[in-house]
Amino acid sequence: MIKDLWSSLSESLVSLGELVRFLLRLIVNVPRSLVRYDLIVEQVYNAGALSLVIIMLCGLFVGMVLGLQGFQLLQRFGSEDALGTATAIGLVKELGPVITALLFAGRAGTALASEIGLMRATDQLSAMEMMAVDPIQRVVVPRFLGGVIAMPLLAAIFSLIGIFGAQLIGVQIMHVDSGSFWSQMRASVDLVDINEGIVKSLIFGVSCSLIAVYEGYNAVPTAEGVGTATTRTVVLSAVITLFLDYLITAMFL
Amino acid sequence: MRNSRALSLGTGLFMLLGFAALLFLTTQTTSRGISFGRKPHYDISAKFDNIGDLKVGAPVSMSGVEMGRVVSIGFDWNAYKAIVVMRIEAQYDKIPTDSDASIYTQGLLGGKFIGLTAGGAESYLKNQDRIDFTQSAFVLENLIGQFLANFAKSTAPAASAEKTQ
Repeated sequence: MIKDLWSSLSESLVSLGELVRFLLRLIVNVPRSLVRYDLIVEQVYNAGALSLVIIMLCGLFVGMVLGLQGFQLLQRFGSEDALGTATAIGLVKELGPVITALLFAGRAGTALASEIGLMRATDQLSAMEMMAVDPIQRVVVPRFLGGVIAMPLLAAIFSLIGIFGAQLIGVQIMHVDSGSFWSQMRASVDLVDINEGIVKSLIFGVSCSLIAVYEGYNAVPTAEGVGTATTRTVVLSAVITLFLDYLITAMFL
Repeated sequence: MRNSRALSLGTGLFMLLGFAALLFLTTQTTSRGISFGRKPHYDISAKFDNIGDLKVGAPVSMSGVEMGRVVSIGFDWNAYKAIVVMRIEAQYDKIPTDSDASIYTQGLLGGKFIGLTAGGAESYLKNQDRIDFTQSAFVLENLIGQFLANFAKSTAPAASAEKTQ
């Protein structure tokens, strides 16, 4: 039994090491991939612009729920005016980056993993290698960079729409004073809070995109293998995102 | 060709929207971002016995009009007092030298801010000047303590008077 435990532990350590080696390999290849910037633009479109609708819709609903719950809670203390502060800080620091990363893993991460996994399964990656085209450089790095560029922007859009959602419920429906909603927010949200959100979403962008391309690239070249890679992408991205979120929050405090 | 053009357009729109959102977050939800080009300003300081929970960035106002912000809070080891440096916008350049600075609270649970009350002097505060007349933050515990002491003092003679009668 201890032997089993040890073997599973060493197995996960090996895959963590491989993940880091894969990341280093991607970073080394970044300068050469920048030459074909049109590929990166295409991937920013795939990862970012195509995720826009789901991000905006979810941001709106999360903001509206925050407005409603925050209003109910703050009303007990007679300080509904702090609603703007509460929702803005919650969205910018935590919910924006984290929920965006989870949605990104579900919307763009799965697409990346299954796309690259299918290329592996249909031997397209091997064909590229035969034509002396490095698949890492041609396929993997542009997708990785696309995700890294798209994530902070998506998180910012999420937070923005969320704040407007909270304003919609708080000010328009619950009649919190519009002036104090915005002015209390301005007085208590600091640039440090926004920076924390940006740093978080950048790191989540790297981790989620890395996991997606890694799982796709190393997928078992069968139909089942591609399916497993997609599932693992979502599960691993979610766990790593929440774990890193705790770490970064602790560092910023 | 047309396809690639549409793709670039979509990407461009996405980037624009993303950066617009970032710009909005940094300028409209925070207190700092609003001043893009740095407005001309001058700094004045004041020493307080107790600043309560006054924070850097708190507004400085006169008659309710915001004239500047607190830029730093330090400690003077000679006088054992807090030194508060305030940055006042240059357009408000006629604050008399004998003005009075007090720390007030916004609402019941709001943050602290500094309120200036104009004095009667003919000369005006300049950069690096100091306001000498200050009033500390209103600390609820002290006030309750004072109230209790006064209450005890006022009731004690009455009680003893009752006994003699």
